[in-house]
Amino acid sequence: MGIVKATKLIFDYITRDEADNVEDVKRAINNLNIDITQGDFVAVLGHNGSGKSTFAKHLNGILLPTEGTVFISDLNTANDETLLDLRKMVGMVFQNPDNQIIGNVVEEDVAFGPENIGIPTDEMWKRVDAALEAVGMTAYRYKSPNKLSGGQKQRVAIAGIMAMKPKCIVLDEPTAMLDPNGRKEVIKTVLELNKKENITVILITHYMEEVIEADRVIVMDEGKIVMDGTPKEVFSHVEELKKLRLDVPSTTELAYELKQAGLKLPDGILTLDELVDNLLPILK
Amino acid sequence: MQENVQDIQIEAKKLNFIYGEGTAFEQYALKDVSFKIRRGEFVGIIGHTGSGKSTLIQHLNGLIKSTSGELYFNGENIYAPKYDLRLLRQKVGLVFQYPEHQLFEVDVLSDVEFGPKNQKLSELEIEARAKESLALVGLDESFYKKSPFELSGGQKRRVAIAGVLAMNPEVLILDEPTAGLDPKGRDELFDEIIELKKKRDMTIILVSHSMEDVAKYVDRLLVMNKGELVLDGTPKEVFKQYKFLESIGLSAPGITYIVERLKKEGIDLGDDITTIEEARDAILKYIKRKDKNA
Repeated sequence: MGIVKATKLIFDYITRDEADNVEDVKRAINNLNIDITQGDFVAVLGHNGSGKSTFAKHLNGILLPTEGTVFISDLNTANDETLLDLRKMVGMVFQNPDNQIIGNVVEEDVAFGPENIGIPTDEMWKRVDAALEAVGMTAYRYKSPNKLSGGQKQRVAIAGIMAMKPKCIVLDEPTAMLDPNGRKEVIKTVLELNKKENITVILITHYMEEVIEADRVIVMDEGKIVMDGTPKEVFSHVEELKKLRLDVPSTTELAYELKQAGLKLPDGILTLDELVDNLLPILK
Repeated sequence: MQENVQDIQIEAKKLNFIYGEGTAFEQYALKDVSFKIRRGEFVGIIGHTGSGKSTLIQHLNGLIKSTSGELYFNGENIYAPKYDLRLLRQKVGLVFQYPEHQLFEVDVLSDVEFGPKNQKLSELEIEARAKESLALVGLDESFYKKSPFELSGGQKRRVAIAGVLAMNPEVLILDEPTAGLDPKGRDELFDEIIELKKKRDMTIILVSHSMEDVAKYVDRLLVMNKGELVLDGTPKEVFKQYKFLESIGLSAPGITYIVERLKKEGIDLGDDITTIEEARDAILKYIKRKDKNA
């Protein structure tokens, strides 16, 4: 069953002068079509300005299509009457952890969402318990968010979304500001939510390593989808990706370089194990 | 390397910085940090969030004064009573994280001119410096009159860096300059920094969370943990200790793990490989040698 369905989506950023006349139109999304299956882990890649974030902001109605439609399950994002339901269904996590935390205590921060939509207190705390457990932050529930590391703050932000019982989480470069451990923590948490709770994950990132375990990778350029496939399929196209200002995981890159130098290796090697398994017969 | 006193640009002697000294919340943000940085060096600083990296770099241009210890710039103690901290801040340019959030002028050229304008220079000199700085970060005259807000993320960041360069600093400190940039954007910015270092003979200090980037670009790495300087060496020396790095919340570049794994399988490629190119060359060499012996 499709959870996200965008059809002929077009979005223009319009600049107007003081008299409200149109000064400039920039097309950020240009006739994009996509259908995402419930429970999939989808990674979105693309250079700065390719339209990734603009697309993400359409998924819970922060931006509305200039043309075309976006449906989340059976809700049209442009329908004002169901906006609240839409926002419960799709949660967003952004780049800067410090901009997303409002509570003085971790558990209060997580409770903010469900409290706002009038969830009864008992049920609300149940949800907070479950959400903190799901992101592995139960031990920190009475702490001040200020004392947490970047990775922990992002996990609290994710717990806040989980407490809304969403079907889909959209993460827009959630690890850009984190140290290596923080990055691993966040990606591991998101993968677990995806596998255990069957939450659809849409992850926008510039770190190719984070994409390896995705079910599906989408590459955007000029507001369109230019590649769409499994990580293996997409990362087999090293040259094309580089032309699109992107990269491949370092394992894939090394395998590619060795292949260029004449070694017989398959395309799209992603993991350390794959690389070593393929290299050993050549080296021994 | 032979050490000439004249070559030492920055020297920290037992720097301590304590938050909330004398209270129950007393905490060392820096503890007995000592190091010397030579003119023209490209130094990387790594450490997990909260390890003291940002506190340290803010000491280097006098934004934060240490609780105890001494800091020398070009041989002068910056904590001496008559030391001109204003001048120090021009000589040591600091580019913060997400510097593009600090752009505020109506157009790109004015924004870059803001720094030198405060340096009592002639109009001509100010404009010349701004234009030169923009050229150094790869922005030509078509950008001069653009609003900073219509630029892409990478372009905005270049404008912000140019703003610091226009002060003619001797040392450029960059705090995570490539966060949020696409892979090509990261490479381009680093290439420009390397060019800059060559052209202006600048000392560059780079704070980064990307082990791949520091492995590829810097001459020397300082590793911070809990306010202490725990390792100081070339990237190769530092990344050999990847198990220790992991224990303090860091890691080695992905390539290190491939080399280690092959070693476990009996294929020893040597222990100073940190980049993809080095790994490729070592593997190809290994095969050649094996074929010769066969």
